[in-house]
Amino acid sequence: MLSILLKRFFGAIPTLFVIITLTFLMMRLTPGGPFDTGRVVSPEVQANLMRAYHLDEPLFSQYLRYLGDLARGDFGPSFTSKDFSVTQLIRQGFPVSLQLGLSAMAMALVVGLGLGTFGALHRNRPSDHAVIVFAMVGIIVPSFVMAPILTLVFGVTLHWLPAGGWGDGHQLSYKILPVVALALPRISSIARLSRSSMIEALEQPFIRTAYAKGLPRRLVLFRHAMRAAILPVVSYLGPATAGIITGSIVVEQVFSIPGIGRYFVDAALNRDYTLVAGVVVFYGCIIVLFNLIVDILYGVLDPRVSRR
Amino acid sequence: MTADSGWRRLLRNPMAMAGLTVLGLILLLALFGPFLAAHEIDEVFWDRIGAPPDFAAGFYFGTDANGRDLFARTLAGARVSLLVGTAASLISLVIGVTYGAIAGYLGGRIDAVMMRIVDILYSLPFVFFVILLTVYVGRSLSTIFITIGAVIWLDMARIVRGQTLSLKQREFIEAARAFGATDRRIILRHIIPNLWGPVIISMLLVIPDAILTESFLSFLGLGVQEPNTSWGVLIGDGAQNMMETPWMLLFPGAFLALTLLAFNFLGDGLRDAMDPKE
Repeated sequence: MLSILLKRFFGAIPTLFVIITLTFLMMRLTPGGPFDTGRVVSPEVQANLMRAYHLDEPLFSQYLRYLGDLARGDFGPSFTSKDFSVTQLIRQGFPVSLQLGLSAMAMALVVGLGLGTFGALHRNRPSDHAVIVFAMVGIIVPSFVMAPILTLVFGVTLHWLPAGGWGDGHQLSYKILPVVALALPRISSIARLSRSSMIEALEQPFIRTAYAKGLPRRLVLFRHAMRAAILPVVSYLGPATAGIITGSIVVEQVFSIPGIGRYFVDAALNRDYTLVAGVVVFYGCIIVLFNLIVDILYGVLDPRVSRR
Repeated sequence: MTADSGWRRLLRNPMAMAGLTVLGLILLLALFGPFLAAHEIDEVFWDRIGAPPDFAAGFYFGTDANGRDLFARTLAGARVSLLVGTAASLISLVIGVTYGAIAGYLGGRIDAVMMRIVDILYSLPFVFFVILLTVYVGRSLSTIFITIGAVIWLDMARIVRGQTLSLKQREFIEAARAFGATDRRIILRHIIPNLWGPVIISMLLVIPDAILTESFLSFLGLGVQEPNTSWGVLIGDGAQNMMETPWMLLFPGAFLALTLLAFNFLGDGLRDAMDPKE
């Protein structure tokens, strides 16, 4: 088990380097510097700016400097927001984004697995078809259409929930709509996946054995079938994380939530190079970390992996 | 897998045919939009700003918050969205087929390294890289589809590699090699022309992905820019004005969802038809 853990850990390092190097190269090698704002700047000022941000050094030493800064958790200065560094902005937004993302992930897992199992147990009956249609809607209606519609229906028309904002961070009512909007596409995918893997699991011989030895239905389902059916869902957690992070950009924008996604969109609109690059590297690291956890979890759940 | 029976199975699949019909209709609407709409896309009607649908006056979808005909704009958006989606998919096709065919044909250690790179790229949130690229390179229509195409070729590369691995065992490849054909010639002349089946299927998966990515970017204001429009731009405008003019959100949103649904049905049908074991 420990050797697998170490192998996975070192396997994640190249991915991290690919993310950082790609981001760095894109930042430095594409035409148009951060100071090409259309304003006329004298050559001296331009040179001073370049020196202040170390842009006059050779590419490789810039790269090493960038790696060193990142290792210390320093994502550099923001080009547009004078008073905040990129690290400060990320530190400010991340708790909000994390809470939003984790809640959406938890909801997607619970509701998705529930719906998928329900569909599998009622295979080809109307309730199963309802699950399939629901899952299809979640997949074809993107979050940037679903989020405004949810606001319109539950916030503006029915007045059940606030139409936007995050409250003071402790009010549940502000969180329901954003979390649902972010979770819906993932609920659909997990419901689809777990429905088909549950159907497959229920046809396995070990389920018949479990029933034959007189286990109650509840135990057969939760102890035996669920354990086999959940594996495809666990391997979907990696892409699901990427999807939730991507989706959070839209959801934070629609509901005016002060998370990383909002800073990211504003930065991209203002061409704030360092902030955009910092967020990409930061989220890249989060995804690598999460994939590592998922890999380990998969090994724990599927004994065939750790014995290999 | 014979291609003929595959096609016949596809033609008998009602869901796939419904998807194909819907896509055909949307394509026709997009192509002939300028003739079907009663008004120009940029003509401002000051007396009906944000007006609901009015069939008698030719405003089938109503007008937007600037008093422009939403029907004309939705069809114009369809043109751009479909164009960007198709162009991005063609770029991902070129990259993915080349990459996959080389990896699969050369095999061994080169293949292992190339596929490891694909695995690494696969785990990245690629939309962030598209945004990063458009921030650096700028936001013209062509940079948008080039950057989207440059990041969504991974599925294509995987599928093509798998197919190439099995193709290269076949006798005609051996025969070509016996005749002294170079690797380059074998890949270009013998491998790639035999890949069309799986490539068409993966195109059907890639195009909706590209359309969705473009709409996502445009929704955030990071994609297609005025005076051009796309479904994403229209949905973004609609979301900002949804309290007064919900139709600005609903019509383009419905078009996008319907397109994705149709691609989904067609893709599923084609996959079943080509791979009858399931």
